[in-house]
Amino acid sequence: MRAANTLTRRQDGAPAELPPSGGGADDVVAVPLRHPWRWVGAAVLAFGFAALASSLWSNPNIDHSTISSYVFHPRILSGVGLTLVLTVVSMLVSTVLGVLLAVMRLSRNPVMNAFAWLYIWVFRGTPLLIQVVFWGYLGLLYSQISLGVPFTDFTVFSVDTNTLVPAFTAGLLAMTLNQAAYSAEIIRGGMLSVDSGQHEAASSLGMSPAYTLFRVVLPQAMRVIIPPMGNETISMLKNTSLLSVIAVLELYTVATQISSQNLRQVELLVVVSCWYLFLTSVLSVPQYYLERHYGRGNARQQSPTPLGRLRAAFRKTPPAPKGLQP
Amino acid sequence: MTEALISAGRPESKQATEPLLIASNVRKHYGGVEVLKGISLTVNAGEVMCLLGPSGSGKSTFLRCINHLERIDGGRISVGGDLIGYAQRHDRIFEMNPREVAKQRSGIGMVFQRFNLFPHMTALENIWAAPVGVKKVPKQQALKRGMELLDRVGLANLAKAYPAQLSGGQQQRVAIARALAMDPQLLLFDEPTSALDPELVGDVLDVMRTLAADGMTMIVVTHEIGFARGAGDSVVFMDGGVVVESGAPAEVLDNPQNPRTIAFLESVM
Repeated sequence: MRAANTLTRRQDGAPAELPPSGGGADDVVAVPLRHPWRWVGAAVLAFGFAALASSLWSNPNIDHSTISSYVFHPRILSGVGLTLVLTVVSMLVSTVLGVLLAVMRLSRNPVMNAFAWLYIWVFRGTPLLIQVVFWGYLGLLYSQISLGVPFTDFTVFSVDTNTLVPAFTAGLLAMTLNQAAYSAEIIRGGMLSVDSGQHEAASSLGMSPAYTLFRVVLPQAMRVIIPPMGNETISMLKNTSLLSVIAVLELYTVATQISSQNLRQVELLVVVSCWYLFLTSVLSVPQYYLERHYGRGNARQQSPTPLGRLRAAFRKTPPAPKGLQP
Repeated sequence: MTEALISAGRPESKQATEPLLIASNVRKHYGGVEVLKGISLTVNAGEVMCLLGPSGSGKSTFLRCINHLERIDGGRISVGGDLIGYAQRHDRIFEMNPREVAKQRSGIGMVFQRFNLFPHMTALENIWAAPVGVKKVPKQQALKRGMELLDRVGLANLAKAYPAQLSGGQQQRVAIARALAMDPQLLLFDEPTSALDPELVGDVLDVMRTLAADGMTMIVVTHEIGFARGAGDSVVFMDGGVVVESGAPAEVLDNPQNPRTIAFLESVM
């Protein structure tokens, strides 16, 4: 039906105007293009999924009641909580470090530049798993951590490494320091994407380098930075499961502890996977709104949010577009 | 647009003799290519100087040297008696650090060919960002001044528009208002109408003519011969990194002496 309405040509060669919904006498009435193979493909896939689902459902080796009883088990929930805390704190701190490293990499100061390069080289060049184990076993390298004057016997205080850096702190350190190296490169890329004319305009207005960075460059770079940082956040959420090797009680560690007692490995993996899927879905919501916020001024008119559209549908009257009406 | 665009009262007489900008023997090279081969000129307070010349003649580079967007390799430039890019302490001359350079630039406004408005800020925000952030003007006061400036460039109704929602001519007028908000003693224009559709050029030139009539000191790199003739107090013709000819618009434009000036004027008119 739509095709018949949009396939409008004027005989006299004048530019075709969008016809009113009724259509004109000279409209072409055509049979829409059919797609029979899409239906075949969909049917094959649906059949395959149905077969898989039924084999899983009727498999005697999967105990469905175990899955349902553990999804909201207090130990699993505390693991979910710790996973979230680790993800959020590491992402926030590593982003601040990343901005710092990116600015150092872009600065003309050779000392700062070299330091940032070295940092990124080390933390990006060694496996995350090894970094996690390293921070977890820091006590083997330095049994005591003390504050004092190097190369002398003078110390202000001294603590046992395992007291100062328990498993949770070691995990947080490992994730944050590793992520900072990746974030730095993403942020540097974003800053490089800002037109050089913006720097010149800011300079000509007498803005200091720091003011230019925070008021002019970073807000524009954010548009480019946020999508890959969303990726990084999701990677981070899943990579926290690596902390099971140093016994941080996050989601995956808790699940393996439970399954080593009740020997229901597959069921608990299903529980854990459901939680990771749920959390990654939730995390994409703030990303959407952040992208919108930093995309302002980039489009002539912003499309309404899904929530806004829902509200508009309830009101029945379309909201005024959030743009300029000269 | 009949009101004065600039707040500070300026001498009515356009022949104010006090030199504001003095450039002597300014040299600049990129790698082995010498772009400026010793430029010397003086701009008096309240004067409008138009820089003409074929592309690649070094006029934009010279303009960018005046507010230290480019570092000069020889000679000296001073604005209002202060050496650009250098500070004098105890009889010795020191290179300025980025903060000092920024402070010095805040007194010299610049309008770019590509506008360079901040795309994530509204028109009004573009105007008040620097006074609030650099000169620490209270925000309410800066907003009020911003609205006045927008009104005077004829865009008060577009204060909340983002640059992407404005035409080129409107963007350039916002850019002029943005530069004026810092109360500069000198305003530099780098081919302000070259990126505009022909029908939008007039609005921008009108604003610039008003500024000139109000006594703003301006250096304008342009190809608009009509503007140079009407609003300019002096015209400088540059080619190959040197000043070929300079003088009053009537002399240089209507009775050029140098063959290069004659050839250029024939090609643009």
